[in-house]
Amino acid sequence: MSGIEFILAGMLAAATPFLLAALGELVVERAGVLNLGLEGMMAFGAAIGFIVVYEGGGHFAAFVAAGFAGVGLALIFGGLAVGLRANQVAVGLAVGILGQGLSSLVGNSYESLTITGLPKLAFPGLSDLPVVGGLFVQDIIVWLSLIATALIWAMFRYSRLGLILRAIGENPAAARAIGYRVNALRLCAVMFGGAMAGFAGAYAATVYTPLWADGMIAGRGWIALALVVFGTWLTGRIFFGACLFGAVSLASLVAQTEGWAVPSQLLSSLPYIVAIVVLGIITSNKRLLKINGVASLGEPFGP
Amino acid sequence: MPAPLLSLRNMTKTYGQTVANSAIDLDVAAGSIHAILGENGAGKSTLMKLIYGVERPDEGEVLWNGAPVHLTSPAEARRLGIGMVFQHFSLFETLTVVENISLIVPGSKADLATRIRALGQDFGLVVDPFAHVHALSVGERQRVEIIRCLLTEPRLLILDEPTSVLPPQAVGLLFDTLRRLRDGGVSILFISHKLDEIRALCDRATILRGGRVTGDVDPRDHDSHDLARMMIGRDMPAPLHLAPMPQGDLRLELSGLNHAPDDPFGMGLAGVTLRLHAGEILGIAGISGNGQAELSRLISGETVLPAARRDEIRMMDKAIGHLGPAERRALGFAFVPEERLGRGAVPDMSLADNSLLTAHPLGLLKRGLIDRQAEAKFTAGCIADFDVRTSGPEAEAGSLSGGNLQKFIMGREISLNPRLLFVAQPTWGVDIGAATAIRHRLVQMRNEGVAVLVISEELEELFEICDRIQVLHKGALSPSLDPRSEGPEEIGRWMIGAAGVAA
Amino acid sequence: MIRLVRRDRASRKLAVAAPLLALAAAILSNLILFVAMGKDPAAVFYALLLEPFMTWSGFSEVLLKTGPLLLIAQGLAIGFRAKVFNIGAEGQFILGAIFASAIPVYFPQATGGWIWPAMLIMGAIGGALWAVVPAFWRVRLNANEILVTLMMSLIAVQLLNYLLLGPWKDPMGFNFPQSVMFQYDAMIPILLPGTRVNVSLLLAFVAALLAWIYMQRSFGGYQFLVGGLAPNAATYAGFSQSRAIWLSLLIGGFAAGLAGAAEVAGPIGQLQRSISTGYGYAAIIVAYLGGLHPVGIVASSLLMAALYIGGDNAMVSADLPVAAVRVFQGSLLVCYLAAITFVRFRLVRTKGAPA
Repeated sequence: MSGIEFILAGMLAAATPFLLAALGELVVERAGVLNLGLEGMMAFGAAIGFIVVYEGGGHFAAFVAAGFAGVGLALIFGGLAVGLRANQVAVGLAVGILGQGLSSLVGNSYESLTITGLPKLAFPGLSDLPVVGGLFVQDIIVWLSLIATALIWAMFRYSRLGLILRAIGENPAAARAIGYRVNALRLCAVMFGGAMAGFAGAYAATVYTPLWADGMIAGRGWIALALVVFGTWLTGRIFFGACLFGAVSLASLVAQTEGWAVPSQLLSSLPYIVAIVVLGIITSNKRLLKINGVASLGEPFGP
Repeated sequence: MPAPLLSLRNMTKTYGQTVANSAIDLDVAAGSIHAILGENGAGKSTLMKLIYGVERPDEGEVLWNGAPVHLTSPAEARRLGIGMVFQHFSLFETLTVVENISLIVPGSKADLATRIRALGQDFGLVVDPFAHVHALSVGERQRVEIIRCLLTEPRLLILDEPTSVLPPQAVGLLFDTLRRLRDGGVSILFISHKLDEIRALCDRATILRGGRVTGDVDPRDHDSHDLARMMIGRDMPAPLHLAPMPQGDLRLELSGLNHAPDDPFGMGLAGVTLRLHAGEILGIAGISGNGQAELSRLISGETVLPAARRDEIRMMDKAIGHLGPAERRALGFAFVPEERLGRGAVPDMSLADNSLLTAHPLGLLKRGLIDRQAEAKFTAGCIADFDVRTSGPEAEAGSLSGGNLQKFIMGREISLNPRLLFVAQPTWGVDIGAATAIRHRLVQMRNEGVAVLVISEELEELFEICDRIQVLHKGALSPSLDPRSEGPEEIGRWMIGAAGVAA
Repeated sequence: MIRLVRRDRASRKLAVAAPLLALAAAILSNLILFVAMGKDPAAVFYALLLEPFMTWSGFSEVLLKTGPLLLIAQGLAIGFRAKVFNIGAEGQFILGAIFASAIPVYFPQATGGWIWPAMLIMGAIGGALWAVVPAFWRVRLNANEILVTLMMSLIAVQLLNYLLLGPWKDPMGFNFPQSVMFQYDAMIPILLPGTRVNVSLLLAFVAALLAWIYMQRSFGGYQFLVGGLAPNAATYAGFSQSRAIWLSLLIGGFAAGLAGAAEVAGPIGQLQRSISTGYGYAAIIVAYLGGLHPVGIVASSLLMAALYIGGDNAMVSADLPVAAVRVFQGSLLVCYLAAITFVRFRLVRTKGAPA
């Protein structure tokens, strides 16, 4: 299998934790809230998901439980950041620290244990294509994530709900004046974001690398946050960004098999270096950010 | 006699210690244009929010066609048939017109677009349904707001200070639209502090002062004096008189100033030219959104020009386009911005600490450390000299009313003994007493030989205090006009960009 | 219906009480957690909160941990008050440790009293250099410093690993990922005889004093505050925002780097993987818990240091996983942020419409 084939086959699965978390964060940010607790929510979801599978609950229950774990932390975050109008940056960091602590705590006795992941499902016909065939052999969660991407894209493009979310993110005072319950809607968005972060963590710990190691989320939540900015708050671009990071994170494996003489630490840093560089390129275009950005992002709203 | 369309009984609303509305009674007859008259801070906007269900009253009852109703949300108000056009529009800039409207009005986009066009034809409210709101002028945005209300087929339409964003000519057109609506059976609640407008348009007027009803009259039966007495408890202050002054030295000169804004929703400036001398007040008229924000940032130094273009702005005969605000202030420039909270003052800081913002060169620092005593003394001086109503220098800026904070900021900037004073929207949201004091002070500064630049939306204000007026429209500045020879009509033509074509 | 109403003036009383209320709330909520885990809560809290203060040797270890936390948190708080969110102190700490270690690693035989001060200076420079990237990215490229500082930290960990597994690995170290043990002159002199507390604790307190003068008394600190509270007012007054961002990040990096240097030149005595036990992240909690106020931070850094030592105690005496301390820290910050809401707002019962 060539390096290209390897990356194409593994890219979507590697991208899925980024994608799920970033899609959730997209909805949260569109509603005007910045959730910096993503990493902690993913970590907690990952631990809970892993434990459920390990204890024999199966993957479905694991994802449900991880989703609830994410929602639980999101409720703490939302209660403070939306309900009490606390500083969103500080609360996000606090909930992130709490989530990572909880993740280590509940996962403490499962360190280095392994479970079985999920089988791959081939897309009939397409999976036999040369070179790109691997793209079409994926597990069920990857397929569902692609569907979720399409649904969220359609929601913002066509639905009234998407319009309402954009409205409360741009100008919450005006949205309230015409009768929308801004903070209630923001809280719902935050809960959705928490659930997606939980799913993302569960995927990382029970499907992508089905073993438990403390700190296994390893900055993926932060990359997901950066992805929302790279994607300039547009679903399609976030999807491509997630694929890019999926591919980059596979590069170290490819480098090892190809025997490149590059320190492995440099390859491990590659996603972060790429993130910093791309972030600089995208954000230096202020017009782009202003047109696509969320005007009230990070500002608490009080009626 | 049939029951009124809308009746309010004993409506009361308090915010903290402030009583915004106290025991207000109001009857709006079907098919009438009813004015709510009151100065800034009288409680008009609060009352409208209660009627539209944005806020809920502490006490009181609402009757709709004689039956008690509970207005729990704007959606509920709309269901009954109440529509509202907000003063600071409730539109979303990044959405299109039709998207904005679909946030309130059900229906597919194609269907709505057709209805928007049809309604525009009927009422002279033409607007492109697929335009993005950020690309629309303020007048067009008001049309969108009105169309959005009309599409919900209201029985009662509330308009909050709708003429403040319109040039004089457009006011007449708006009134025609409103009369046509009334004749079609829609009642209108028209909120304003402008006496002439109410006398020209309204069938009935309820007057508010300090949150209470002080009159309920037919405005056509009363002259402006009567209405003013009900509104402010005394006669309107006499207009100021400007004594002629010899022309002083040139203090501010803009020559062919061009600017493309960073903000894609902002307005660029094209070839702005003006000259301001010591001992005169120059007014910049025009509807907000025509480049006022960009122009004031360029003059203040909050936006700087590249060094190569420094000559486009000159102060005290020096090219300063490339200098920042502090360096311009060092030359004798002082500035009162239109946003008081968050720009002219820090809301979460005490007045004393807000003094430091621009007055620190007046001996408030000792070797880089803050001299708290000097700071408190300076602040107490500002508070006393400008009659700022507050608990003292330790009060937070955010706790002051709009008028008092404006007096404080004016006081601070005037205490700097500027040679060039620039004030943007000096009396926005300020009650009449404070507004009069501020205008007096500006004229006094002029008489003392200060060059004063004023940007204002209020044409009457500019006519009262300015030696010369220039009009800003779509980022271009008209030639200098003399308010003593040109009437509001002429200025109004420049405000809609028609005069330049004719000339 | 209950809603938040802004107070006319921030409540000073509550500002002081908030950390204590938060501590009480955090103890209460974790009590439930410990009981659920089948631990004896009394034993846990004794080990966690009291035992560190009961013996001189225990307390000296608390002081040892206070040093880096105090130093880093003072640096971060200056930036936080200007709303420049440097959350990458962990990386700046690591870079400080790396830069400081360069001297004993490359000159293991060198002697003289200049070595440890030179290491501290090197460390501070290293930490500040690591903050140059986020500062440049924010000022010139408009990029959010939160993400960039955090990612710089993740890169710093990899850089440390690279050095310890590669060029800086102790050849006599049985292949452990660690550098040589530093020579005597590369160690900071002990401050309190019989303990591991060294002179760097004094430096931390000097830093706290300087931070107090700068933030509470100087015009420079005032400009920071304005920039954080109302950026448009700062621009209006002509206070340079770029300068505030550069200074915030450089000060934060400088302090964290200094702390990192003091750690390798102090209690650890070599460069190794576990030089930081999350000081950079814990300092964020310390800064907030201290109300971003230089004096408050002295108190909160003592508390957080005690939690570190108490966590080790509880692991031994009450069989409590270390992670439980992180949960406690996280919930402490969450409770604090909830409590400080009421410094500016109060709850009022109304019949008003919900938000």
